Amino acid sequence: MGIQRVVGVSNSAGFDLIVVGAGIIGAACAEQAVVDGLSVAIVEHSALGGGSTAASMGHLVAMDDEPSEFALCRYSLELWNSHGSLEVAEYRRCGTLWVAAGEQDAEAIPPKLARLEAAGVRAQTVTGPQLRELEPELAPGMAGGLLVPDESIVYPPRAVQWMLDRCLRSRAVLYQGRSVVRLRPGGVLLDDGSRLDGQVLLATGLATAALVPALAMAARKGHLVVTDRHPGRVRHQVLEVGYADSAQGEEPVSVAFNVQPRPTGQLLIGSSREDSAGDDVNLPVLRRMVERACGFMPGLRALQAIRVWTGLRPRTPDGRPYIGAVPEQPGVWVAAGHEGLGVSMALGTARLLCDLLGGRSPAIDPAPYDPARRFA
Amino acid sequence: MSAASTREVTLRVNGAPVRVAEGSMVVAAIHAAGAAASRRSVRGEPRGALCGMGVCFECRATVDGREQVRTCVLPVVAGMEVRTHG
Repeated sequence: MGIQRVVGVSNSAGFDLIVVGAGIIGAACAEQAVVDGLSVAIVEHSALGGGSTAASMGHLVAMDDEPSEFALCRYSLELWNSHGSLEVAEYRRCGTLWVAAGEQDAEAIPPKLARLEAAGVRAQTVTGPQLRELEPELAPGMAGGLLVPDESIVYPPRAVQWMLDRCLRSRAVLYQGRSVVRLRPGGVLLDDGSRLDGQVLLATGLATAALVPALAMAARKGHLVVTDRHPGRVRHQVLEVGYADSAQGEEPVSVAFNVQPRPTGQLLIGSSREDSAGDDVNLPVLRRMVERACGFMPGLRALQAIRVWTGLRPRTPDGRPYIGAVPEQPGVWVAAGHEGLGVSMALGTARLLCDLLGGRSPAIDPAPYDPARRFA
Repeated sequence: MSAASTREVTLRVNGAPVRVAEGSMVVAAIHAAGAAASRRSVRGEPRGALCGMGVCFECRATVDGREQVRTCVLPVVAGMEVRTHG
């Protein structure tokens, strides 16, 4: 008896936009496209809000060290804030407290304050003693800091769910469990043989290179620890001043202190960066990260860690995301490569991409994120 | 035939003195103090000891300043200060 081949009936469907990837970037872009009145398909091979999004911290912080990054962060954070309380996504406006441990780190604060103020962001310098009033868990003797009271946190998987619910209510079609085998003229081919026709948006993070090899990205692995519940111990998301340097840099291994109070009272402790092909927990790096955190907040040592996990941040060669039309591939667009700022930049990315798609002039300069820079 | 006499231990639950048999777990003192709904869930629902053997984590309370202690597997010690969060 021979092998029976089942010939599947090929589905074919047409859309204005096929969004590949339902992480925070794909979900935000799909939602914006739906708001713009486009017919949208969303193709996701695994969990909705999975991948890098599921591992992420959900901190909505404007990183001000690089001008184009800052511009996109600012634009996007304004959009997040204008969404209101977003209770379903566990949105909390807890504010950000930047901490300088020593005098040298403290030198970074006045220029930081100046950049934030120039951009209309409310911020105020904080002295060493004031730091401990704001966050009693901080070790004594820190040089000072900067409070940015209007910044927030969000739970990214629930934010994705909320965005996708809005899409589906507007009759977008979700192809969950399906993956794109290849791009074809006028659309995509799915792994079940279906053909979808329409413009294509690759919101595929690290997997983008599988479809467009020129848009390769490096995986910057990070660790996070979550503790048991200690409501009220930490009030703001707290970052050390050197966090941005760690994020921008390409050192083989880098840790920078970052703690976030979850609405449950649990504390999220980070951060680390290393080049890594896999997503295994790296115990020496984890230990370095936790030791650094305990240096800033000694009381963390007594808390119980409930879970440790890693996430892979997609990093482009110049550190800026790809947002725009893919050269040499008519009808193919990309929104990917946000490193550790995917959640922060998601709404701004969505607006930017959809403006470009619709031939409208975007609110911020799209040139720094143009994928064409990889094809020069 | 006389029953062996049991020594008792006095500790405090939420500031009030409670006496239980030596060898009891702290959770017994919590129950004796009438504070059996000894903590609240994330959504504010009352919770208390369930498994009695240290695996469900529902019996957590603060003991001598240490938070999140599983009281069902911790023997009482004279003078302990137990704080529940019911």
